Amino acid sequence: MSRGSIAERRLAWLLCAPAVMAMLVVTAYPMVYALWLSLFRYDLRFPGERHFVGLANYASVLGSEVWWQALFNTLLITAGSVVVELVLGLAFALVMHRAFFGRVAVRTALLVPYGIITVVAAMSWRFAFDPTTGFVDALLGLERAWLAERWSAFFVIIQTEIWKTTPFMALLLLAGLTLVPVDLLRAARVDGANAVQRFFKITLPLMKPVMLVALLFRTLDAFRVFDTVFVQTRGAQGTETVSIVGYDALITRLNLGLGSAVSVLIFVCVVAIAVLYIKGFGIDFTRREER
Amino acid sequence: MESGGKGSLERLFWGAGSIVVVAYALIPVAWIISLSLKRTADLSDQRFLPSVVSFENYGVVFHDPQFPPALWNSMSIAGLSTLIAVLLAMFVAYAVVRLEFPGRRLIMAAALAIAMFPPVSIIGPLFNLWRSVGLYDTWAGLILPYITFALPLAIWVLAAFFRQIPWDLEKAARVDGATPLQAFARVIVPLAAPGVFTASILVFIFAWNDFLFAITLTSSNDARTVPAAIAFFTGSSRFEQPTGAIAAASVVVTVPIILLVLMFQRRIVAGLTAGAVKG
Repeated sequence: MSRGSIAERRLAWLLCAPAVMAMLVVTAYPMVYALWLSLFRYDLRFPGERHFVGLANYASVLGSEVWWQALFNTLLITAGSVVVELVLGLAFALVMHRAFFGRVAVRTALLVPYGIITVVAAMSWRFAFDPTTGFVDALLGLERAWLAERWSAFFVIIQTEIWKTTPFMALLLLAGLTLVPVDLLRAARVDGANAVQRFFKITLPLMKPVMLVALLFRTLDAFRVFDTVFVQTRGAQGTETVSIVGYDALITRLNLGLGSAVSVLIFVCVVAIAVLYIKGFGIDFTRREER
Repeated sequence: MESGGKGSLERLFWGAGSIVVVAYALIPVAWIISLSLKRTADLSDQRFLPSVVSFENYGVVFHDPQFPPALWNSMSIAGLSTLIAVLLAMFVAYAVVRLEFPGRRLIMAAALAIAMFPPVSIIGPLFNLWRSVGLYDTWAGLILPYITFALPLAIWVLAAFFRQIPWDLEKAARVDGATPLQAFARVIVPLAAPGVFTASILVFIFAWNDFLFAITLTSSNDARTVPAAIAFFTGSSRFEQPTGAIAAASVVVTVPIILLVLMFQRRIVAGLTAGAVKG
């Protein structure tokens, strides 16, 4: 391709302008605004009393039990769901890769959880685990109010997240599996490597880049968990996540100052996770764009 | 695929695996359908399947003051968001794939950054802003954030598809006297249709699914969408949880998605994996 002429550049910028505008107006500007608001004592119920307080909002968030507990809960849900999803997703991907019949059926079935509204999935599982309407207790011969206790509530929440998002993981990993050259596996088999060795020594290392991208996106997604918790416990029984804490401060209590501090802290956590993956595991996005 | 020399035992293993996966994926769907078909009196019978099939819950849902408007809002908002987001993303993807200009990498990086951005971080400012500029509780107030958060996905999917288009055809059109814009509209758009279609499905699913913005930026039937309506469904009595009605509403909004998935699964899979694998 020739070097871009001025006309070409102008056209390019014209084409990109609306999308860039939308992205700036709806994310960058509100984020800066949140940063600004977080420095004020600002309660929408008493808008006249707005005044600058510096970092006091951050001090009160970071000094509160609620934030640290919510952060712990969020990390627990994130770790619990992502780890299980990786293992389960890999298993599902292998099934789709190896199944001689019903491959299309499996793929179609897996897209159903992906397409379903998260709120609906959370409702379905909530009713399933409910002691009066649900079938789970009857199936297990228990009389347990799963969502009324902390750890069993976590189990239901994580379980719902896993059900909803494993398909995404599985489909990405399946795409990664198809990149593994069959000749290589065959050669290894001839050389006497058994199925387990072939999987760990050849398939997994070759799939690593795809796996890391899938893991990064799922980790960030899981960290932002909101819908499932909102529908299933509304943060009760000590299951509040950071997103729920932010929502409650901002929308329920209309405390824009304190809520914005929570928002900024969540943003910082997300950046930290992204940096950890990109630097720590060396995900290379630039190479992808250059192609 | 590895041609199995191991024979029927291996076949059986993977076949059984398939059945387990399909069951795992479909049981909650079957459960909510079955729940929606139970009579109110049977809701607590703890059985998986209804003993008597009844459509009373569907009657309740469609005579509810909130659900039909929410359904209309959801369809309109998700539809319009999809249309606009995919159009804007098409422009960007075309520029990024085809044109030489400074800032190309920056745009793809910005898209990636927004894909990772936590929406909860901006609901406060948006809530405040929308109320002061009159976007609160309007369609536009939801469409704007949906477009923004759908753009990264749409741009990445479309860029991946656009890279595989035989662009020489465009050059030919340019030689024949078409302007770049004409070449884009007459030659490339038809060729790009499958990719555009894929991106549209994924964006629609995203907008249809959103809950956080829906409960934050709306307050009434004017713009409240289905996920929010379902979560706040109160039913006729405050003291009785409207389980059956919620189940029926859930089924109503799930059916279109399942049909979409059944019809276009190949495209959806291609779109989902386009960004992650081509590396």
